[in-house]
Amino acid sequence: MTAAIQISFDGRTGVYLFSAICFVLALKALSSPRNARYGNLVGVAGMVVAIVVTFLVQDPGHDWVIGAGMGLGALVAVPAARRVPMTGMPQMVAIFNGVGGGAAAVISLTDYVQGLSAGVPAQKGVEVLFALVVGCLSFSGSMLAFAKLQELMTGRPVMYPGQQVVNALLGLAVVGLGIVVVVSPHLAPMLALAAVALALGAGVVLPVGGADTPVLISLLNSFTGLAVAADGFVLGNMVLVVAGTLVGASGGLLTKMMSDAMGRSLPNIILGGFGAAPAAGPDAVAGTEGRSVRSGEATDIGTLLAYSRKVMIVPGYGLAVAQAQHVAVELARALESKGVEVAYAIHPVAGRMPGHMNVLLAEADAPYEDLIEMEQANDQFSSTDVALVVGANDVVNPAARDNPGSPIYGMPILNVDGAANVVFLKRSMRPGFSGIDNALLYDPKTVLLFGDAKDSLTKLLAAVKAS
Amino acid sequence: MITDAVDLLVIFVLAVFVGFEVISKVPSILHTPLMSGSNAIHGIILVGAMTIASQAHGSLQMSLAFVAVFLSTLNIVGGVVVTDRMLDMFKTRQQPKAQGRAGQDGTGK
Repeated sequence: MTAAIQISFDGRTGVYLFSAICFVLALKALSSPRNARYGNLVGVAGMVVAIVVTFLVQDPGHDWVIGAGMGLGALVAVPAARRVPMTGMPQMVAIFNGVGGGAAAVISLTDYVQGLSAGVPAQKGVEVLFALVVGCLSFSGSMLAFAKLQELMTGRPVMYPGQQVVNALLGLAVVGLGIVVVVSPHLAPMLALAAVALALGAGVVLPVGGADTPVLISLLNSFTGLAVAADGFVLGNMVLVVAGTLVGASGGLLTKMMSDAMGRSLPNIILGGFGAAPAAGPDAVAGTEGRSVRSGEATDIGTLLAYSRKVMIVPGYGLAVAQAQHVAVELARALESKGVEVAYAIHPVAGRMPGHMNVLLAEADAPYEDLIEMEQANDQFSSTDVALVVGANDVVNPAARDNPGSPIYGMPILNVDGAANVVFLKRSMRPGFSGIDNALLYDPKTVLLFGDAKDSLTKLLAAVKAS
Repeated sequence: MITDAVDLLVIFVLAVFVGFEVISKVPSILHTPLMSGSNAIHGIILVGAMTIASQAHGSLQMSLAFVAVFLSTLNIVGGVVVTDRMLDMFKTRQQPKAQGRAGQDGTGK
């Protein structure tokens, strides 16, 4: 190695150090509402300098491959990420995480192929295998999570007899093939290992229910981070180790926080079956058999709202699907102009991603002070005249509080049943995302207004203005 | 450039601790943007894909490297744009109130 190359390599290490610092600062800033936007920019800065310096210092012979790959990638990613509506964001995180895992796996495979042709494959066995297996897991798992959220397939848990056994066998096959690859380095067992890891990723995600998918995506995000770190070991690249490990560790912690916010334990989520078992049904809705629901007219409910002192709007996924946030905020303004006190009670995991509702309502210019977090909201329901539940179900289901037999028992909920009246805007009597029936729907103080959330809110708005 | 596995192991262990410490308290409304932001950060795997591409020989390795570059670019670009769109919703209200009505674009940035 000449001195010149030595110096440029040192320069690269310095730039990578700068990038690593950027990533730490980015994660830090992303954890506080005030600095979050700045956090993303710092992260971008760290990435751009690392990419530019890597491009500059390495052998330019194959730059056209890199240019073509990056050009095509940007051409696909920018419009996809831009055009998707806010409701589709969870899927997009899943798919962009999955391709990262896929990239990590392909890199590991390519390094292995390069080693084979150079005759030194076994030297760095474990990191290569780890990156391949975890990258493949993350890829197939994320793609399946995408398919579930995008409703390309059912969002419900997919279960079959002996599923855990099959997954365990796949896990054992991964370990076994890993040993085979280490003992006898050939391409065929390596490819078999990748295939089994892909199958395992899909097998693990299949039984996870729709409501748990965001937590799962967070876990897979953490996995991709670890695969990237392993590639950092494979390639002897410091910035990959730092960035991958940061994401792996913080992603793991974030996954824990998210599952805590839903009152679910991680093993529970992975083992799945949430809301799939019809056996849970009869228990959960005990006492609702033969009872009927009360469905109301928009004009009556509008009058009820207009002559209340205090209305609490409880948004859920239905609001997001119908893109009804603007009408909801308009309704709140109309009520306020009539002297009604209005606030939004935000369950931390309402919708399909934590913070989903905050984002939507902020988009519709709802005053930030009016978005009340769960604890404060629960203190206020007893003094609330009407709780207006817009397309939410599981997060207000009293079974989570009262029925130890219910699969969602223990999940913190909004106690809307404490309000004097409860109005549900629902598309149909179909149970919520988790597939669990809600006894509150049958409560005598509950009124239902069926229909698309946006239509229903528009009708209510007209009724409030008229009264 | 550090290529020593032991040095990298030290960096790895320290990074684990930093990763845990740095996000010790996150309000639930930021869980999703944080996940999306860290998703963008592991897109730095593009650096690895570029390294692989520069060392590639023959059409198999070249094709694999191309796929790796393509996938990691999707990760990095998509991750950043999605995060940016999520965080767009957290803009403070005051300044868009004043100008936001006038024009759809070009305000608030």
